[in-house]
Amino acid sequence: MAEKMKKPDEMSRIEYTPAKEDWFDPQVKIRRGVYNYPANPKSSAYLDLPNVHKWSPLDDDWHLPDNWKEIITEGFRDRLKRFRSLKIFMDICVRCGACADKCHFYIGSGDPKNMPVVRAELMRSIYRNDFTTMGKILGRIAGGRKLTKDVIKEWFLYFYQCTECRRCSVFCPYGIDTAEITMMGRELLNLLGLDIDWITTPAANCFRTGNHLGIQPHGFQDSVDFAVDDLADNTGVRVEAPVNKKGAEILFVVPSADYFGDPHYFGFMGYLALFHEIGLDYTFSAYASEGGNFGLFHSNEMMKRLNAKIYAEAKRLGVKWILGGECGHMWRVLNQYMDTMNGPADFLEEPVSPITGTKFENAKSTKMVHICEFTADLIKHGKIKLDPSRNDHWRVTFHDSCNPARGMGLFEEPRYVLHNVCNYYHEMPENTIREQTFCCGSGSGIGTDENLEMRLRGGFPRANAVQYVKDKYDVNLLTCICAIDKATLPPLLEYWVPGVEVAGIHELVGNALIMTGEKDRTTDLRNTPLAGKEAVEHV
Amino acid sequence: MKVMSALLAVIILLLIVIIGVGAGKLHYLFGVIIPYFAIAVFLIGMILRVLRWAGAPVPFRIPTTCGQQKSLPWIRPAKADNPSNLVGVVGRMAAEVFFFRSLFRNTKMELKGGPKIVYGANKWLWAGALVFHYSFLVIFIRHFKFFAEPVPYFVTVTQNFDSFFQVGLPMLYLTDIAIVLALGYLFFRRLVVPQMRYLSMPGDYFPLLLIGTIATTGILMRYFDKVNIFAVKELGIGLLSFHPVAPTGIGLLFYIHLFFVSTLIAYFPFSKLVHLAGVFMSPTRNLANNNRMKRHINPWNPKVKVHTYEEWEDEFRHVMKDAGMPLEKEPVEEVKE
Repeated sequence: MAEKMKKPDEMSRIEYTPAKEDWFDPQVKIRRGVYNYPANPKSSAYLDLPNVHKWSPLDDDWHLPDNWKEIITEGFRDRLKRFRSLKIFMDICVRCGACADKCHFYIGSGDPKNMPVVRAELMRSIYRNDFTTMGKILGRIAGGRKLTKDVIKEWFLYFYQCTECRRCSVFCPYGIDTAEITMMGRELLNLLGLDIDWITTPAANCFRTGNHLGIQPHGFQDSVDFAVDDLADNTGVRVEAPVNKKGAEILFVVPSADYFGDPHYFGFMGYLALFHEIGLDYTFSAYASEGGNFGLFHSNEMMKRLNAKIYAEAKRLGVKWILGGECGHMWRVLNQYMDTMNGPADFLEEPVSPITGTKFENAKSTKMVHICEFTADLIKHGKIKLDPSRNDHWRVTFHDSCNPARGMGLFEEPRYVLHNVCNYYHEMPENTIREQTFCCGSGSGIGTDENLEMRLRGGFPRANAVQYVKDKYDVNLLTCICAIDKATLPPLLEYWVPGVEVAGIHELVGNALIMTGEKDRTTDLRNTPLAGKEAVEHV
Repeated sequence: MKVMSALLAVIILLLIVIIGVGAGKLHYLFGVIIPYFAIAVFLIGMILRVLRWAGAPVPFRIPTTCGQQKSLPWIRPAKADNPSNLVGVVGRMAAEVFFFRSLFRNTKMELKGGPKIVYGANKWLWAGALVFHYSFLVIFIRHFKFFAEPVPYFVTVTQNFDSFFQVGLPMLYLTDIAIVLALGYLFFRRLVVPQMRYLSMPGDYFPLLLIGTIATTGILMRYFDKVNIFAVKELGIGLLSFHPVAPTGIGLLFYIHLFFVSTLIAYFPFSKLVHLAGVFMSPTRNLANNNRMKRHINPWNPKVKVHTYEEWEDEFRHVMKDAGMPLEKEPVEEVKE
């Protein structure tokens, strides 16, 4: 990065009193550090996206198509017809301001347009002007604003300064969900070819190879094999990790970062160890080697295109049901969209744990179970042996990832697992966890290097809560169940709260799991010496 | 400033009724025609609004989950904050509509040195909103006495509760004080809190000023410049029975009151006040989080281009073969010229 990043001291000096300006008059200040690069035209073209062109947010001219206004107006009209959420949310906001200080980007930046209500007003004002009687007659007095190129620029800036985390929606008396508004805003921008690279390119990769990173099938096989080797080195147990195995009972889908990213990888080893130990008949798929779905951040159609692979592959492989790994937005899609978009999954069976016999009634239609539900059930039934002291080198806290929290309500399952695999566990303050959890600041496709300043700002409330438990309880490990968290929280914490690491829950499960035939375990899955074992080694 | 255009609108409305009734003596227009017109606009406007909302499908089931999901039998679900069935949804909506559940969660964020962010409970907005809405409801119910003879029982009961302390003559209604205080709070927070001033629009100040004027004129008529109740009731009953009489002998204050009520009613369907109906239709609140149990249907579920397994294997067959991965079709050896 060319410019030097501000120090935390300076970054946390935030002015919350808005400048004396009227947000009605668009003033777009796009500077380095707070936006994402436009999509690589090759990726957009691969996905047959409209109006693919080269442009830069820093330029005055974004080379919009000549009929850009018509595209937006028609696109808006079309979405108002298709989404009741949009129509209602455009009409009923009373601007009570309850959402204002709930947004991590507002807390971290003080930019008044990051108050969710104002971010939504950027779009609502156009709606009122173009689609309501009052707005058409009274214009500005009725809160209507003319659609201009500056409005489009503003949308681009602020709809990519929203991580669709839905925290504001928890506090809204009408449940107005900024994520819905941002999603619609992004869909409209996409129509003009104004999509960003860290959404479109992963989506294109995923469409082609099966995962975001564009790893080809043999590469996927390699990384699974590596994990098997590493696990054998670490535990002395060599496990099987089938890929594309027909007739397996369960298809296991993870976010691709699990087998390529750090610290995701250690959680991946944890899954492998667990499945081996309980003798699960499962398979990975190289075709559906991505549960994460960057289509969610692009458009509902793109989400559907990418998500389609999971059911298609489950059908081809002839599995009974599907198990999903630790990932946030992946689970938003699986829980709230998959069955509607690509179901019905009538070729699958209602999920039953082959180990405990538990019927997962809550997944009887979608036929997809969350790994934390699965593992919590195993532990509850005493089906695995655990030695939580193997995690005694960690003082653990848990970060509820936005989507499993507010798009699902997965709160107790991960906590139950954690309580059983580690001895030192401390919750962050109550206004920062569970349904009130704070986003990592990098979700929904904006976790890019070029956007680092905004990410650090957006992640400030989360980091600050971690600071609290670090100061109070010496917490040194933040666990989470989201691949984006695992990728973006380490640099965030390094900046705001150095000394706190990030891990998935199944990494701790893997550490604590007593495996049949294992060697004397002296290190955790990261090859860090276990508490009590380091002294022995160094003496 | 945005509050000025709202204030200006209210002043213009005042002038209209003062000139119309005071100078123009247009009692029938302001006493009968405009109220009927306003109610017609309200009814038609609200019905159309709701129909328009209802006409847009709910493609996805997207409740905001604010509590534990229903999953394993030994984990207690949050039945209302994360409903898994209709009963839960009804509970959630009831809590939302009657007690402003979500607003009750409100917190206030403060950044202190360190840096340290603290979140305090902040129930003022919740309390202000609740007091305002319930006072409004009680006052609305009390007004039925002007439309029916004998006065319905529920109206009398409401009145008795409202004048619980039995002070003053006529007896002081608690809601008269409460609504003024609540309106004042809701209005001045928009002016005083910098963020609220930034985000407030004419459409936020205007209804508060309208209702404020209505409340003020109402209070003046009850306690100070007393109005001819019998004439008012005659008008009310006349309006309701569709035999309206042009009322005379009621002061200007009453006409201001009535005209502002009419304006409020007619303004309703075109403003943020439609939240009255919209809150019931919000897809993040009125749907159960049972997506994985019960399939939700999207009526316009689009056909999309997907990348099929066959296309995928066609592209990667050779590398998969080399890696020893299972295949659907064996690769065909290419004949090299």
